[in-house]
Amino acid sequence: MNVLGDRVLELGPKSDAEGPYKNFRLTRDGDGVAWLLFDREGTSANTLSADLIEELSNVLSELETARPTGLVIRSAKKSGFIAGADVNAFRGATDVTAVEAEIGRAHAVIDRLEALRVPSVAVIHGFCLGGGLEVALACQMRIAIEDARFGFPEVMLGLHPGLGGTVRFTRLVNPMQAMPLMLTGKTIDARRAKSLGLVDAVTQERHVLNAVKEAVSGRLNRAKPGFLNSVLSLGPIKGFLASRMRREAGKAAREEHYPAPYALIDLWERHGGDRRAMLSAEKASFARLMVTPTAQNLIRVFFLREQMKKLAGSGNRIEHVHVIGAGAMGGDIAAWCAGQDLRVTLADMKPEPIAGAIKRAADLYGKILRKRTAVRDALDRLMPDMQAEGVRNADLIIEAVPEKLELKQKVYADLEPKMKPGAILATNTSSIPLQDLRTTLQKPERLLGLHFFNPVSRLQLIEVVSHDGTDAQLLREALAFVGAIDRLPLPVKSSPGFLVNRALTPYMLEAMLMLDEKIDKTVIDAAAKKFGMPMGPIELADQVGLDICLDVGDMLRSKFGDALPPTPAWLREKVARGELGRKSGKGFYTWKGDKADTSSGLPATSEPSAEMIDRLILPISNVCVACLREGIVDDADAVDGAVIFGTGYAPFRGGPLNYARTRGVENVVSTLRALTEKFGGRFAPDAGWENFK
Amino acid sequence: MARPVFIVDGSRTPFLKARSGPGPFTPVDLAVQCGRPLLARQPFAPSAFDQVILGCVNVIADEMNPARVAALRLGMGEKMVAFTVQINCGSGMQSIDTGYRYIREGVSDLILAGGAEALSHAPLVWPQQGVRWFAGLAGAKGIGAKVMAALKVKPGYFKPIIGLERGLTDPITDLNMGQTAEVVGHLFGITRAQSDAYAAESHRRLANAQSQGWLKGEVETAFARDGTFYDHDDGVRPDSTPESLAKLKPVFERPWGKVTAGNSSQITDGASWVILASEEAVARHGLTPKAVILDSQWSALDPGIMGLGPVLSATELLKRNKLTLSDIESWELNEAFATQVLGCLAAWNDEKFCNEILGLDGAAGELDQTKLNVDGGAISLGHPVGCSGNRIVLHLVNAMKRLGTRRGIATECIGGGQGGAMLIETV
Repeated sequence: MNVLGDRVLELGPKSDAEGPYKNFRLTRDGDGVAWLLFDREGTSANTLSADLIEELSNVLSELETARPTGLVIRSAKKSGFIAGADVNAFRGATDVTAVEAEIGRAHAVIDRLEALRVPSVAVIHGFCLGGGLEVALACQMRIAIEDARFGFPEVMLGLHPGLGGTVRFTRLVNPMQAMPLMLTGKTIDARRAKSLGLVDAVTQERHVLNAVKEAVSGRLNRAKPGFLNSVLSLGPIKGFLASRMRREAGKAAREEHYPAPYALIDLWERHGGDRRAMLSAEKASFARLMVTPTAQNLIRVFFLREQMKKLAGSGNRIEHVHVIGAGAMGGDIAAWCAGQDLRVTLADMKPEPIAGAIKRAADLYGKILRKRTAVRDALDRLMPDMQAEGVRNADLIIEAVPEKLELKQKVYADLEPKMKPGAILATNTSSIPLQDLRTTLQKPERLLGLHFFNPVSRLQLIEVVSHDGTDAQLLREALAFVGAIDRLPLPVKSSPGFLVNRALTPYMLEAMLMLDEKIDKTVIDAAAKKFGMPMGPIELADQVGLDICLDVGDMLRSKFGDALPPTPAWLREKVARGELGRKSGKGFYTWKGDKADTSSGLPATSEPSAEMIDRLILPISNVCVACLREGIVDDADAVDGAVIFGTGYAPFRGGPLNYARTRGVENVVSTLRALTEKFGGRFAPDAGWENFK
Repeated sequence: MARPVFIVDGSRTPFLKARSGPGPFTPVDLAVQCGRPLLARQPFAPSAFDQVILGCVNVIADEMNPARVAALRLGMGEKMVAFTVQINCGSGMQSIDTGYRYIREGVSDLILAGGAEALSHAPLVWPQQGVRWFAGLAGAKGIGAKVMAALKVKPGYFKPIIGLERGLTDPITDLNMGQTAEVVGHLFGITRAQSDAYAAESHRRLANAQSQGWLKGEVETAFARDGTFYDHDDGVRPDSTPESLAKLKPVFERPWGKVTAGNSSQITDGASWVILASEEAVARHGLTPKAVILDSQWSALDPGIMGLGPVLSATELLKRNKLTLSDIESWELNEAFATQVLGCLAAWNDEKFCNEILGLDGAAGELDQTKLNVDGGAISLGHPVGCSGNRIVLHLVNAMKRLGTRRGIATECIGGGQGGAMLIETV
């Protein structure tokens, strides 16, 4: 039935003539209604950039001279309305005045769109984000197609909306709902947008013509800003709400690390309700944020993500994944893949772990898939497979059984004869070298590593591990698979701990040594958080599992020796007692479900010292430099991306290598030397620093 | 040109006793739970089937035509034709019979035929007067008319009726199914002690089959969203004895009736599938047939004694195939009620009944109970009505393969006064 597909967008009157514009198409229908189509040249998605805004200015001149009876604005791209600003333009900005002048020019154009004296309606499908939403907000009416998604993701780049969005959004939508959306960067669907009053109507593509007609003729039932909106703009109420917002923001991030949310709250508290003043203050505030290291580093992270997506490539051919081992990792890997539209068989000898995995999957789908039928379909795609029937038909097998060489080799021996030709055999091992795993295989060339991170649904990184005999074609297919399940691949050579665990283990083991020095665990965690880590090393060890930390630590020590902090004997005893961290309910902290009870320790009596932070943080950068030198990873940028996306390493620092670069390599090396003298050889700077740029 | 029709494989969910409130699975959920592993172990793709036929009596509002919903959820493809059949307790066998005929006639080569029922999901229904009152209220124009319509309400309008109770009552005779079993028992003088002994044996046989692992490959573990899994028929009570069952009070005709909750089938959720294939399909996909369907028969009689349905339909099968009762080595006769099963056996042994009703010369004879329901039945397993007919065919095939017997009959009584029977032979 594909012949019936592809009749997607209602774009108004057809016109064969080449228009005068590069990025726009402008036509008029029989009623004199102008259809302005955003169609950015040479891309599959619309983004806003200075040249496009300039051209929009010319379009507006044409509309101002020969005024149409109505104006319809929509995108000619299937992918959506406008995905936001072209982030490239933000890179490397250092001059506040220049940024403010440029944003001022764009403001003027958007203001002219708003001031057009014709009924204007934005018809929105797909993504309508950031600057795109700001364009839509400058129209008098907004009609959403069911699949539309709205949001202001600026805060993730260390910014806030800068094209009048802070003003127009808080006027149209109750600030108590509008502000949190801008402060968190969350996106909302069309139904929610309608209930907030952000859009006037939600419809299907097939009704666009009629909906537009009603809108330009003034018959459309419009969303009205609520009475509350003006009440909430009164000074004392704003002050009260702003302080509440600051408290909420404080729970997520500190102002010295992420100034943007605080700047946005200030902007609204000071100027909310005063359109002119707020528009002007928004420009200045936006420009100030743009040149902060936080924004520039977050913009860098944005491009790291794009770069890693490119590494994944396209053309995924994996349709059926067979996961062996329904434990914490295997179960969550299977659930994630089924949630991403793949057929999954989840094999285990026992029903109990499978049942647990199904429950976790159902909980996850309830959160990430919005429709009841989508949840059902994802669960249908995730098939428990106690007889391992999935092996024969799978395009990709992911082994996630306990980290024991003989066990894994036995599993491989059972399944290898049943695998279909061309299928990939992947292991989720974090500690066993592929060189050891492959020895018993008939076809070692189809073995590679797909190392997922815990929690699978939140950490985007997958290390794609190859050994010197891995088939290059299968490796490409594995990368494309990672892209297809919306994760980011890091190609890495098989070496103990690969990149991420090798970099993270010293961080956690050093924290254990600090415990031996009678430093309180909450102070240690506070030190890491002060640097910007989302979670301190002690809490992280609990989260990962103390048994795993111990295993990985032992494995790494056997290879790297004293380059690692020694594993304390009491950790072994703790693990032997069954205190494994989150999964057993008790580790260093007591855990209730997914949350550590961090109130249990002493209140942080002493401020963490700079030396403590260096002891925890610098070894991460040191290992990253070593991995580059050893050729385990090729690309320094990918290292930064991987550590951020695989561990949550403070994104506003731009990654461990970027941090070292910003701090100064010399400073880092001399600090490491000083630490070596005081604490021992584990801090010895890697030889790779000499050539590191 | 009648082509042979093979049963090549099949699977079912555990039968889950309805406890309080709706169970974890809808009818289609159940069909998907046992269908996925069944399809996964086949050497052909799920889209290779020609059609899907599913028996289901209590279709829930979210799953109209459950056969098609199940086919799509099982990933059998948009092009999969699928329809639902309903003949009450025979629905799961009706699906096999319909598929059998399509293949025999040369219309289809590969058919997935099943039965699914979630009796725990049977709805509460409002009394008709209540529904009429609500319609009047909704239709009234103007405040005054609405108030007047609202004032006509009576408390009884909101007393919900359990839909299942109505469903298990014969609409013609207004006898519920338990009462029809009382009638059959009375006609053939079945005692309470005989029924209780039969019921206890049913539990013993199922418990034994479970502990011997004889249901492996037939029962597929079902996994619910809340992290619970179900790996066995949970209505089984291995500790049931004739003595313990004797303590129960009659439920349908108090105080002197003989039918109790203990010697009746249980209210249960479950689904079952069998795969039917032509000779061509067997050759094309390299399948190993387990059995061949030789013949089938549906019969009807007075709804008040529907429990005797199996006697009529199975005897008709025997006569047409020139066989006697003792030629059949394995029997599955659905255990709607112990009294009713024993009533059927008594009828075959009753010369007058056999002469006048079945047209036989003398009594058909004694049916050897060691050949009947060897691994228990609906009394111990439960009776998800639209599914049971499918399960007894599937289990008959599996039991015959295990026992090495050749010829078998699966048969059931059908609420409303009918009986269905299917004659199969192992290959």
